[in-house]
Amino acid sequence: MTSILIRGGRVVDPSAGLDADRDLLLKDGRVSAIDAPGKLNAAARQESAEILEAKGLIVAPGLVDIHVHLREPGQGYKETIASGTAAAAAGGFTAVCAMPNTIPVNDSPETTRWMQSPDRKAQIRVFPIAAATRGSMGEALTEYGALKAAGAVGVTDDGKPILGDSIMRQTLAAAARAGLPVIQHAEDTRMTGGCSMNAGLLAFRLGLRGMPVEAESSLVERDIRLLAELKDSRAHLHVAHLSTAKALEAVKRARRNGLHVTCEVAPHHFVLNEEAVSEYNTNAKMNPPLRAEADRKAMLEGIIEGAVDSIATDHAPHAAHEKEQEFERAPNGITGLETALGLTMAVLHGKHKLPLSRVIALLSTQPATVLNLKGRGSLAVGSFADVVLFDAKKEWAFQASASVSKSKNTPFDGWTMLGRVTATISEGRIVYQAAK
Amino acid sequence: MSKSQVKPRKISATSTPQVISRHPASLLSVNDLSLDDVGSILRTASTLESEDALKRMKHLFKRRVSLLFYESSTRTRTSFELAAKQLGADTVLVSALSSSIEKGESLKDTGITLRALGAECIILRHPASGAPYLLSQVTGLPILNAGDGMHEHPSQALLDLRTILTHLHGPKAAPVSETTLKGVTITICGDIFHSRVARSNMLLLPRLGARVLLSGPQPLLPETAASAGPGIEIERDFDKALQQSQVVMMLRIQAERLAGLNLDLDEYKLRYQANTTRMAAQAGDALVLHPGPIIRGLEITSEVADGPQSAIAEQVRNGVAIRMALLVRALTSKSSSNAASKGKRK
Repeated sequence: MTSILIRGGRVVDPSAGLDADRDLLLKDGRVSAIDAPGKLNAAARQESAEILEAKGLIVAPGLVDIHVHLREPGQGYKETIASGTAAAAAGGFTAVCAMPNTIPVNDSPETTRWMQSPDRKAQIRVFPIAAATRGSMGEALTEYGALKAAGAVGVTDDGKPILGDSIMRQTLAAAARAGLPVIQHAEDTRMTGGCSMNAGLLAFRLGLRGMPVEAESSLVERDIRLLAELKDSRAHLHVAHLSTAKALEAVKRARRNGLHVTCEVAPHHFVLNEEAVSEYNTNAKMNPPLRAEADRKAMLEGIIEGAVDSIATDHAPHAAHEKEQEFERAPNGITGLETALGLTMAVLHGKHKLPLSRVIALLSTQPATVLNLKGRGSLAVGSFADVVLFDAKKEWAFQASASVSKSKNTPFDGWTMLGRVTATISEGRIVYQAAK
Repeated sequence: MSKSQVKPRKISATSTPQVISRHPASLLSVNDLSLDDVGSILRTASTLESEDALKRMKHLFKRRVSLLFYESSTRTRTSFELAAKQLGADTVLVSALSSSIEKGESLKDTGITLRALGAECIILRHPASGAPYLLSQVTGLPILNAGDGMHEHPSQALLDLRTILTHLHGPKAAPVSETTLKGVTITICGDIFHSRVARSNMLLLPRLGARVLLSGPQPLLPETAASAGPGIEIERDFDKALQQSQVVMMLRIQAERLAGLNLDLDEYKLRYQANTTRMAAQAGDALVLHPGPIIRGLEITSEVADGPQSAIAEQVRNGVAIRMALLVRALTSKSSSNAASKGKRK
């Protein structure tokens, strides 16, 4: 296997509290050495390592997205594992966790393995998250031990909530025994039937039925109550795509009470508010919906103060014909892999002055920790050689038409991003390199 | 609408194929109209109405207008059709049952097909809120919203306005300004939540200085409705609302959109029905409007609907004049020809 020397860059590795000029030697798919500038030149020559010049660039652990929809098996017209991971690589990601709402639903070790097969031609590492219940029907548990052995890193019925108290209790207990987190799409669907946006004045004006914030927060509160009743310290609840101040408060409270509860927020929920759906823009339709300005601000503050564990995209590709429909008929979701870093940098780092190390922690180190992805989100010697190089000062315009994803359903077409990925390395292989 | 969200600087939309700019003579929401536009539409309506029938035929002679109706309609469809025909235009009616829409053809493809067949303007009635925005975007044609879901019914609000003005100020169309309806209180009563007529009226009338009172029970009238715009208040006591009103607009209970709401109809009639006893006691001089269809004996009794206070038939007549004005605006405004060709290029 080839070696790569990344030299002259500024290494930001939150897992080691490192932010300094360092050279990095990658060998056999792992980080082999990290040292002061110039110190690795001899070793690199010995290995006849390929040289990547990183002068003026940030060198960071590859980004980790713990919430993506790669649409395979079953919906290759929206995205394939190959195209979705290519988009991920272009966005600086080296690991993605794929949700099970495929066709068929990934509720078996066979599908879990199929998704990880080299035949899928993934550009970067794919970690499947398996269905928590058979067919995600919310009735009978899947086999968590076998799913974990096949490579699943968590269980969820994402797209749908696990609604019944009893089945959720069983899910939390069984997942705790298997050592897997339970990822909940928190939406009490009894309050959201026929709804297509956030509840409130704008929904009234647009004549659309709205999802109240309580549909999210009440289910998060219910899950936390079940977790507390379980009294199993291994039980881990992860709240997917959190979008409301009320639910975030519940998560913070649970953590103060010593429960293992984590959460993620999607870039669109701290960048946009519900105004983006004015004029019925289906590329601003997702679930949970864009919320009121106060909730958007709460997401931003939650991230800044450290209450949010991870930024995750909820990358949800849909074909053009599916989004070019009446608002209420169009499917939920937007793409996100190629805009996550640029938006996070622009808003959190550029506007709100969050240090780079925090940005990297939110997009790499912490999500890897949330789903216990060993050797990811870190540049410590021995870690996987998953690295992203980016120019933190570069502003650029995102063009949906130039997206690598099969689908272009994004509300961020034409937006100015901050931080341009120049190269992505997955387990020692250069999987993306920007045109010079 | 406030633009308070954080927005990284947006680069001018140079290469965004999905955004065709909306045709300026479209009417999707009453908010598309300035007060000057409203005044000009009212004036045009009066002029056209009093014109010689043969001369009127020349305005849109052989121009092609499509009526695309995904929902049933009597008044709106007929009056748009009559309006177009009186102006000399050729009309084609496409309704959901009896077209390829039944076979699953999308709104986009239906719109593109109509445009390819020569439609220069599409009048759309659709059960989904916002559907005219999509049709406008994919065709680039002037679109007249003839009612979309629970969103808006702008031509209805304009004909209601014409009816109100005629009664308050006489048949001569007065100029429209921010004070035209100063001191006038208009109650809209009934199923506000599901009503596109209510939304268009509550957004339009206060801009002319009117005070709009909304009246109805909680599930049909959420608190948030009062914040939809300036000049809107909620008065759940219908009698109190009537006492303050010069105009009262009754709305139908939309059984087809109720979706599981439990509504005690006897209780509803007791509190909100417009009947002779109530009208005589609370608002003996008020003008009574109803956009139709009327469910006699529910929100309004026959005696009131057919009584001296009622201007319901007049509303329907005004519909033709207003819709003639909207069609002329859509098909002859300066910008219409070049924007239409822009749409065609796509």
